[in-house]
Amino acid sequence: MKLLYFAWVRERIGKPEEEIDPPAAVHTVGDLVTWLSGRGEEYAYAFENGHVIRAAIDRNHVKQDAPIAGAREIAFFPPMTGG
Amino acid sequence: MAVRLQREDFDIGAEIALLSRGRTDIGAVATFTGVCRGDGIVAMTLEHYPGMAEAEIERHVAEAQARWPLLGVTVIHRYGRLVPGDNIVLVATASQHREAAFAAAEFLMDYLKLRAPFWKKEERAGGDGWVEARQSDAAAAARWSGRRPEAAE
Repeated sequence: MKLLYFAWVRERIGKPEEEIDPPAAVHTVGDLVTWLSGRGEEYAYAFENGHVIRAAIDRNHVKQDAPIAGAREIAFFPPMTGG
Repeated sequence: MAVRLQREDFDIGAEIALLSRGRTDIGAVATFTGVCRGDGIVAMTLEHYPGMAEAEIERHVAEAQARWPLLGVTVIHRYGRLVPGDNIVLVATASQHREAAFAAAEFLMDYLKLRAPFWKKEERAGGDGWVEARQSDAAAAARWSGRRPEAAE
């Protein structure tokens, strides 16, 4: 699946997007955050306050307990500040 | 209904004219324009999530159309680098009467601020920084649903 990062999440991780293939034990968005956080210090830094980070699956807002099965595109970003 | 994301500026008068051209059923057009404030900043850059930003605004326009008898809606949101005085966002709503036009414009702005995937980064003399979301924005959107603000969950 494809991961997208925006704003300071993107800056901390150091890239705007990547393809990943998480292990089968990663079921939810929250599991994915935990798994990503273990991939390196840039991920740990981006997700250090995981509860403030928002997620979207296939361009719809979701909560941390949302299942990721079948997702094509998952995005992580800070609370929005448009308008 | 028109939802547009663009780098370029927009012409508020031209957008109102487009909304009501050739129609005699419209009795009210309300517009809101968000403008880049000076506030000690040199410039700001608006980042967005292409595809989702349009989809999210369109979802809220559809909800506004279900709640109020609207005869037209235009939402334009700019992205890229903006300087103080530049337009950021336009919401224009048309209806037979003012109540629906005013309420729908306010509803759309409240949800756009809370749910549309845009992020502002400010350039200041002392360095750059991402704008933090305000709790009051969550409260503003929550009053339309009677539910608790999303950000407080």
